[in-house]
Amino acid sequence: MLSKRIIPCLDVREGRTTKGIKFKDNVDIGDPVEMARFYYENGADEIVFYDITASSDKRDIMIEVVRRVAETIFIPFSVGGGIRSVEDMRKVLLAGAEKVSINSAAILNPDLISQGAKAFGNQCVVLGMDVKFSGKSPDIPSGYEMVINGGRKPMGIDALEWAKTAESLGAGEICLNSIDADGTQDGYEIPLTAMISSQVSIPVIASGGAGKPEHLLDVLTRGHADAALIASMVHYGAYSIPQIKSYLHAMGVKIRNTW
Amino acid sequence: MIYGNKPNWLKDNMIAIIDYDAGNLASVARAITHLGYANIVTRHIAEIRSADRIIFPGVGAAGSAMTSLKRLGMDAAIHEAFNQGKPILGICLGTQIIMGFSEENQTPCLGIIPGIVRAFPPSLCDSDGTRLKIPQMGWNRIYAVHDHPVLAGFRETDEFYFVHGYYPEPAHSEHIVGTTRYGIQFASVVGYRNIIATQFHLEKSGKPGLAMLNNFCRWMP
Repeated sequence: MLSKRIIPCLDVREGRTTKGIKFKDNVDIGDPVEMARFYYENGADEIVFYDITASSDKRDIMIEVVRRVAETIFIPFSVGGGIRSVEDMRKVLLAGAEKVSINSAAILNPDLISQGAKAFGNQCVVLGMDVKFSGKSPDIPSGYEMVINGGRKPMGIDALEWAKTAESLGAGEICLNSIDADGTQDGYEIPLTAMISSQVSIPVIASGGAGKPEHLLDVLTRGHADAALIASMVHYGAYSIPQIKSYLHAMGVKIRNTW
Repeated sequence: MIYGNKPNWLKDNMIAIIDYDAGNLASVARAITHLGYANIVTRHIAEIRSADRIIFPGVGAAGSAMTSLKRLGMDAAIHEAFNQGKPILGICLGTQIIMGFSEENQTPCLGIIPGIVRAFPPSLCDSDGTRLKIPQMGWNRIYAVHDHPVLAGFRETDEFYFVHGYYPEPAHSEHIVGTTRYGIQFASVVGYRNIIATQFHLEKSGKPGLAMLNNFCRWMP
C-alpha cells in the first residue's frame, strides 16, 4: 500500500533559503543543500524547492543549487518558480531534479504542460495551482478561482476545471496551494483539497496552512490528499518530520517510517 | 564510508549505464558515484562490451524506448552481456523492457525474462474500496519472495520510490524475486541467473535503495 508523502518546501532566493531554520547543531542554516540533507536524513519523502529569485539573470544560481542537491540527497525533489519554457524545464531536470513545477506560465500558456509532458514524460510535470475562494458564480462553478502573482491577480478560471484540463494535457501531479490558508498555520483548505483530489486521477499534494500534525492528518484523510507540503512548522523547529510521522502512524495513516 | 571498504577485485569494476534516449540517467550515475564505483553513461556498444556490469534504467514509454534501443544497436549488446553472464540491473522502464512484450504501445521487448508487461486496471481500488490513482507515484514496500544477494540486508518495513502505470508479469513464478501491493499484487523485483530488475527507482529510494544498488555493484552471480 502506498504511503502518504510528507514534503518540506524550501523557498530559495539567489541560492539561499529565505526561512532560516533552527537546527540544534547544524552548520550553514541558509544553505538549501544543507537543509535538503537535513530533511533527507530525517525522513522527508520528497523535497520541493521554490525559486523566488526576482531577476531572471540570477536564475542560473538555482541550477547550481539543484546540481549540488542532486549529489547530496537520494530521494525525489522538484523545483518550481520562474519556469517559463520547455528549455527552463530541461535545465532543471538535467541538473538532477526529478520533477519541475509550473504555475502561472501554464495558465498563460497551457501548451507548456503538453510540451513538457511530451519532452520529459508526464511524471516530470507538476502543475502548481494557486487558488482562492471566490464563491460560486456562473464563471466559477466550483467556487474556487485560479490566481497568479502570489494571489493578487484573479484569472477568472475555475480551479476544478483547470485541474481537469491540466490533467488531460499531461500534468503528472498537482501541487494545490490555497492562498487563503497559506501562511496562516491554521490548517489546510480541506473542501478545496477534497474536491480537486477526488475529481482528478493524478496525485494531489496539499499546500498552505500546515501548523501542526493534526492538520496533516485532516488533509490526508478528509482532504483525500496524496501528500502534504509543510514549511514553517518544521523550518522553525516547532515540529520535526519524525514527530509528525509518528503521530500520523499512530493515527492509522500509512506513512514511510524507516529510512 | 558507510558501505564498507572495497575489496581489490572491485577496483576495475566498470559499470556501464545504458543511455538510449529514455529519460535522465544522470541520477543513476550520481548514486553509483556516491557509492564510490566507477561508471560511465554510454550509448557505445564498445563501452558496453568492455564494462564489467550493466545498469539498464529508463523512464518513459516502452514503444519509443524499444525503437531507440534497436536504432542504437543496443538490444543485441544487452543480449550479449546477458549471455556472457555479466551482472545486469534493470530499473523502472528498463525492468519492463527486459520482459517479452509490453501492453504499452503493444511493444515486443527484449525477452530476457519471459512474460508480459501489463497496465494497471483503470478501476484499481484499495482493500477498503478507495480508488487508487494511476500511475502509482510514491513510496511502497516490497516483500521478498526468495532470498537474493541484491536484496541482502533489506527490512520489510523499508520503502522504495515507484512511478509507473505498468508492471511486469513474469511467465514463470520462479522469476519473481519480490512483490508489491497496489490494489493488486504485482512483481516489483524480477530476475534470474545474472539479471535482476526492480520496478522502483533504487537511485531515488534513500538509504535502502542505495544499499541495494551497493549490493548490485558487488554481486557475483
